[in-house]
Amino acid sequence: MSRNLILGALLASLVLLAALVSFVWTPYDHAALDIPGKLKTPSAQNWFGTDHFGRDMFSMIMVGARTSIAVALVAVGIGMALGVPLGLTAAARKGSWLDEVIMRGNDLVFAFPSLVIAILITAVFGAGAINAIIAIGIFNIPVFARITRGAALSLWEREFILAARVSGKGAARISAEHILPNVANLLIVQGTIQFSLGILAEAGLSYVGLGAQPPTPSWGRMLADAQTMVSFAPHLALIPGLAIIVTVLGLNLLGDGLRDWLDPRIRVARA
Amino acid sequence: MTKQRFRSFASALAVGASLFAGEALAKSDITIAMQLEPPHLDPTSAAAQAIDSVVYTNIFEGLTRFMGDGSVVPGLAESWEISEDGTMYTFKLRESVTFHDGSTMDAEDVKFSLDRARAEDSANAQKALFAGIDSVEVVDPLTVKVTLSAPNGNFLFNMAWGDAVIVAPESIDDIKTNPVGTGAYTFGNWVQGDSITVNRNPNYWGDQPSLETATFKFISDPTAAFAAMMAEDVDVFDNFPAPENLPQFEADPRFQVLVGSTEGETILSTNNKKAPFDDIRVRQAMAHAIDRQAIIDGAMFGYGTPIGTHFAPHNPAYVDLTGNSAYDPKKAAQLLADVGYADGFETTLHLPPPSYARRGGEIIAAQLAEVGIKAEIINVEWAQWLESVFKGKDFGLTIVSHTEPMDIGIYARPDYYFQYDSSDFQALMELLNETTDPDERKNLLGDAQRLIATDFVNGYLFQLAKLGVAKAGVQGLWENAPTAAIDLTQISWSE
Repeated sequence: MSRNLILGALLASLVLLAALVSFVWTPYDHAALDIPGKLKTPSAQNWFGTDHFGRDMFSMIMVGARTSIAVALVAVGIGMALGVPLGLTAAARKGSWLDEVIMRGNDLVFAFPSLVIAILITAVFGAGAINAIIAIGIFNIPVFARITRGAALSLWEREFILAARVSGKGAARISAEHILPNVANLLIVQGTIQFSLGILAEAGLSYVGLGAQPPTPSWGRMLADAQTMVSFAPHLALIPGLAIIVTVLGLNLLGDGLRDWLDPRIRVARA
Repeated sequence: MTKQRFRSFASALAVGASLFAGEALAKSDITIAMQLEPPHLDPTSAAAQAIDSVVYTNIFEGLTRFMGDGSVVPGLAESWEISEDGTMYTFKLRESVTFHDGSTMDAEDVKFSLDRARAEDSANAQKALFAGIDSVEVVDPLTVKVTLSAPNGNFLFNMAWGDAVIVAPESIDDIKTNPVGTGAYTFGNWVQGDSITVNRNPNYWGDQPSLETATFKFISDPTAAFAAMMAEDVDVFDNFPAPENLPQFEADPRFQVLVGSTEGETILSTNNKKAPFDDIRVRQAMAHAIDRQAIIDGAMFGYGTPIGTHFAPHNPAYVDLTGNSAYDPKKAAQLLADVGYADGFETTLHLPPPSYARRGGEIIAAQLAEVGIKAEIINVEWAQWLESVFKGKDFGLTIVSHTEPMDIGIYARPDYYFQYDSSDFQALMELLNETTDPDERKNLLGDAQRLIATDFVNGYLFQLAKLGVAKAGVQGLWENAPTAAIDLTQISWSE
């Protein structure tokens, strides 16, 4: 196991832990206002200080982790649930009109800058966590469809697939029983990367006010709120910024490490 | 080299040596930043405050005008006579006043302007100002007789509004993009999305102002506003959008901060026709659940005056009714329990973009949650707010600052977006309009304030402060905002 993998797993699980613990415990109520106690710098009472309404930043970061993870996770889930079957179908029917329709459809979605379209979707259907999930999820579909199709295509040429076909299995069954398990590694690695991109996208949407709505804390909105106060209360922007960096860095390292660890070709080369 | 000197050295390099040589003389140009860009430049056909900020008294003038202290003084009308019964106003116009296109301003133009504003199909945003006018008569080129259907003690005040400025029939077609008025400045250039430039009018009837040109620059983002001011890209910020940054300007000798009052009553507007807000006890409970000081401190960083009714505290007729809806969450919870909402209820809270609304809304939502009312925050842009809240009346609660001067009359309009329908109040307003005696008017205004406060029509939060930031050498800026205006004629640079 590489150093990347361990460091990435540590950082990612730290964030995940914060999110899980926030369900049962936070130092303070994350939504409780205390106007006279606003803009406190980090101290023993408020580990990350307080924001412009006197809310405890540590509690907000913990609950904010929950928001980020939930949005990104479900968005990746949507992408996988729809993208992988599409990719498998396209590969199984390579060169057919179905393949063309699926892949050109993917190209179409890919052609748009994802965050811009996500902003459009949330602007049209209303701001909020659910719409943010859908908007980010849609852009995960072609990612998974492409990667699945690419990997599946080369598998379809292999002898064991040929054997399966000779034994009379249909394309759907071969895709499910033989192709899918063999692309799972790739999907896990890509899923981790997409997960970190999802966190960034959620922060971006919240930053422009289209993500989770107040009083649900969200890292992106914390950054946006802090904008005019950076000059006299830098911790308001630094802390959510660091939270995003730690999470994205952790997930990227984890993704990298997982690829090195899981990819059979690299493993063989190393051995 | 000190920081300060380095900065001026760097900016001198940037703008070029020619300007550097001119630094010693008093500057004759100014760049004034404002947050919103006007949609067009016709103050007589839109409510947008940004239009008045640019054109009021600079490009367009009315028969009377507001001064910075809120007083009403003669404008294009030099003097006037009011008939015994208070229904006839005879205005004597100033001589040899010309529009920017060279045509003379005379009684015909006044008649045209007033008739246009009060016409059936008029697009004027404040038609109520002209509603009492029965007829406008041209007596001679410099005399106009306005007959009212009933005495109106507010008439001269009404004529001072930006919506009542005098326009010319010759230039009315292009007024939105090429405004032609009688003011001390002529319209220069409009770079959409960026700035509007105006130039001094050499043919102005009054004293020549000190500034030769002025540029109004539009900076909507509070962070960009702070950066532009700090970098000295702009000389004045008319109403600075981020109150949290003011202490930094105050501490910096390069700048001056002008904190004044506006006519903006910031209220938690409540849909009086929508259950459960149609029950006065629910509205009363909400009023007691709101801690005004926390909102002023949290959303406005302390700038703002608590109000207990829809009236400006600096007005002599103001009655302090904040005690009527004092912060008392226990009482609020009890009131809610009495009407069967012990567990509270759910509603929506629409928040337009200004920080008084967005931040104030978060605080109010938290305060309402304390007594069990779950207000779902819905952030909206202004266009959306006008469409769904103001026109569509599809809302539970919203926060907005009503910046028109003396606008308590909106409570007499049952179709106004918060839909307060009280025959008592409507009768009171009718009586007020017919009353000219100042003391009697003051009493009636007091009654009106008390009535809407005890009916808990809306949650009355605070009077919006005017937060001006300017370079230290700028003089003559309005500290208060009796109306939206940036009166360039009074502004100058100190030597």
